[in-house]
Amino acid sequence: MAAKPKLCYFRGRGRMESIRWLLAAAGVEVGPVWEKGEGLSGQERSDGRLLFGQVPLVEIDGMALTQTRAILSYLAAKYNLHGKDLKETVRIDMHADGTLDLMMKVAAAAFKPPGEKEKSLASAVEKAKTRYFPVFEKILKDQGEDFLVGNKFSWADIQLLEAILMIEELDASVLSDFPLLQAFKTRISNIPTIKKFLQPGSQRKPPPDSHYVKVARTVLQF
Amino acid sequence: MMASKPKLHYPNGRGRMESVRWVLAAAGVEFDEDFLETKEQLQKLQDGNHLLFQQVPMVEIDGMKLVQTRSILHYIADKHHLFGKDLKERTLIDMYVEGTLDLLELIIMHPFLKPDDQQKEVVIMAQKAIIRYFPVFEKVLRGHGQRFLVGNQLSLADIILLQTILALEEKIPNILSAFPHLQEFTVKISNIPTIKKFLEPGSKKKPPPDDIYVRTVYNVFMP
Repeated sequence: MAAKPKLCYFRGRGRMESIRWLLAAAGVEVGPVWEKGEGLSGQERSDGRLLFGQVPLVEIDGMALTQTRAILSYLAAKYNLHGKDLKETVRIDMHADGTLDLMMKVAAAAFKPPGEKEKSLASAVEKAKTRYFPVFEKILKDQGEDFLVGNKFSWADIQLLEAILMIEELDASVLSDFPLLQAFKTRISNIPTIKKFLQPGSQRKPPPDSHYVKVARTVLQF
Repeated sequence: MMASKPKLHYPNGRGRMESVRWVLAAAGVEFDEDFLETKEQLQKLQDGNHLLFQQVPMVEIDGMKLVQTRSILHYIADKHHLFGKDLKERTLIDMYVEGTLDLLELIIMHPFLKPDDQQKEVVIMAQKAIIRYFPVFEKVLRGHGQRFLVGNQLSLADIILLQTILALEEKIPNILSAFPHLQEFTVKISNIPTIKKFLEPGSKKKPPPDDIYVRTVYNVFMP
């Protein structure tokens, strides 16, 4: 039996959250989780497991993987969530890259001073409503299928749901003009592995609060 | 029937498209370019729904309009056997490329910093390169003694690293002084025929960003 993947990150969303989503959606149980900054030493930094001295780190299949997108690509391929051919893979990549850009704007806002933080979050919501969500609404409309690419559940669908929920936390009405995205949200949320992830007690992390920001700043020294 | 050449949509300068030019050139793929010079041209692309998220770079290739720099690079790498022989090699290449792109990002953003901050930023770039990134690649090359970073064949990782090294050397000429294996790497990869051709005058390689490029970018992208 394969060993469970191990995750190393702060106890918060940040750059690890999309990885947690993907693992959960694939039904993969996660092994021991090292959480940086909570009484742990900087051991990992010096023993070479962190390629460029950075987290996220995922230990899986005998490898120490870092770099968020590289980790996500590996997991998507391993769990058959990356399309059936090169054309599907690149479409999934474009969609995932886009939603990741959007979510990173929200993640970065937590570290901004008050005032700037609110502006950044408002800008993220605006981008979601005008740049990203219309694109996905149109894709769903044009294709008339349940999933974004190849009529099959993929990494692109998981990240879109993650992004929708993240933006809804900031503006509950954000999907009001997007009926197909509303249906998509319900449909994907009801996939058993994802439904489980959305329930209390899962690996899913809450939105960043001041404690998370403080720990991240202290460990990463910025 | 001859396949049509890929067409790149971007301002006439390096920016985020330069990595794409490097990889296409290294793969021996000829391409055309449609340079964005005005806001109106960008608007036309956006209004015509040619840009998935209203942004460039955009590359027309194989009947698709690809956006998102990394997605474009991965597609070209996959298609032209520059992404390793299996998933493990691919992931290693991916990790190296992601790290290098983080470093390259500092170079891409540099011309758009306030003049007072630009000199400071060169110091930061040099530090990051010398402390965080170069030691990793030096160790990899020293460890296996091969010409290429992964799997003893040319990959996306080698191309993006060479691009980044040369761009840094333009600002900090002796930046590789403590890294003999990277110096050798730079020479060897530069001498690969397709790359050697790209490094010669008359290729599609773009010069370092100047004031004209910066002004063009502001004209095209600022609201």
